Amino acid sequence: MSFERALRCRECGREYPLAPIFSCEFCFGPLEVAYDYDGIRESISRDSIEAGPTTLWRYGDLLPCDPEYKVDIGTGYTPLIEAPRLAKALGLNKLWLKNDTVNPTWSFKDRVVSVAIARARQFGFEAMACASTGNLANSVSAHAAAAGMDAYVFIPDDLEQGKVVGSAIYRPTLVMIEGSYDDVNRLCTEVAADRNWAFVNINVRPYYAEGSRTLAFEVAEQLGWRAPAHVVAPMASGSLFTKIWKGLQEFHKVGLIDEPRTRMSGAQAAGCSPIATAYEGGTLNFVPQKPNTIARSLAIGNPADGYYALKVMEETGGGAAMATDEELVDALYLLAETEGIFAETAGGVTIACLKKLVESGHIRRDEETVAFITGAGLKTVEAVIDSMDEPIRIPARSQAFDEALARRTTSTPTPVGAPAGG
Amino acid sequence: MATKRVRLSFEPNLVKEPVIYQLGQQFDLVTNIRMADVDENIGWVILQIDGESAEIDRGLDWARSLGVRVDPLAGDIVEGD
Repeated sequence: MSFERALRCRECGREYPLAPIFSCEFCFGPLEVAYDYDGIRESISRDSIEAGPTTLWRYGDLLPCDPEYKVDIGTGYTPLIEAPRLAKALGLNKLWLKNDTVNPTWSFKDRVVSVAIARARQFGFEAMACASTGNLANSVSAHAAAAGMDAYVFIPDDLEQGKVVGSAIYRPTLVMIEGSYDDVNRLCTEVAADRNWAFVNINVRPYYAEGSRTLAFEVAEQLGWRAPAHVVAPMASGSLFTKIWKGLQEFHKVGLIDEPRTRMSGAQAAGCSPIATAYEGGTLNFVPQKPNTIARSLAIGNPADGYYALKVMEETGGGAAMATDEELVDALYLLAETEGIFAETAGGVTIACLKKLVESGHIRRDEETVAFITGAGLKTVEAVIDSMDEPIRIPARSQAFDEALARRTTSTPTPVGAPAGG
Repeated sequence: MATKRVRLSFEPNLVKEPVIYQLGQQFDLVTNIRMADVDENIGWVILQIDGESAEIDRGLDWARSLGVRVDPLAGDIVEGD
């Protein structure tokens, strides 16, 4: 059952009934779901969760929707993999990777959309909508298809092909918008105000955002019911980052783990780094930026939860770093070569920033760290295609193979992690 | 009449400019500050604006032309992560 109790303003604390609204009428602060934690504590236990399904719905009592309305396409309970080769390369004693590339549409967005669509169905909406740089569009399209709902998906007109196809296959109403990010934002705000749709990151955002907490729930459970010492997660709007911390705190609040002492550090691309820049400047006020990075899924110049992400860093003794496009491509190769995981560009940002945070001493060698890999690499092959090693091309003769192999072993190989050209 | 809610961000060179006052004066708009944080380096204001729809758009275009960043209340709508 669900233990959601009300919506509460994150700024002034005013409470509202559970409805498809997202901002406080008094101070315009963002609304967040408030829960009956005593009820949750009485209802769940480690045993009851372990006996649940191997999807995020094993945490159904902690989600802001009636699981009866769920659209379950197999999201969540993704692997937490120990990464000894990458840890050694980075200079860490123990590193874990939360591999969310294996979700149904290959990104963590399936978590937030699972919750959003369940709550939208519970509210009685018949259509889902979103504006997205790709991952969210893919997930909304897939979930709406599985639910038999209409989907309206707005994307910039210069997205990577993999992300366009990843939505189009589910046959939503796919709208490619010409113009700048600001133009896309403005249009979508107007469209959302005029239509009776569940716009996942606008009118059902308070519920949608809660889905990210399941990442923290899973990591704590997979570590044997405890929180890690350090977390490194990518930041776009900052929502994922803040919800991981919230999830760890909530697991303690309902009696499932000891009080978390986790230090929370965030990763951004240098070409769109309003939160990391504010952290470096020692302020909680970020300056919006115009994105200019190949890490499109992190290209949020005016992050809705940027302030709250900075507060989490301050509260936990965490930090932030930023990675250039060249650094993130290098990190994509490093992750792939050491641990066999092909991540999208956001994963490259996360690993590149993890590397910097270790090198700077911000993350100590003995701090057990979890890095979040939130999307799969086939979505953004454009980032690496120009820097790949040339395959060996030969006629179908064994002598040709022997000769090519001899040439390859005597010639200098293309350095792994060479920056993308072209 | 229409209502719009926006977030205005000011760079240091604009912090001292009476932009919101001029929005009201020049475009006949009623402005209502609901949240804000302004210091000598940076400022942001969450503003409700009431007025004719075309005048609100003209006023916000004018603010943009000064260098003020105008964003939807909810931050960027286009979602990544």
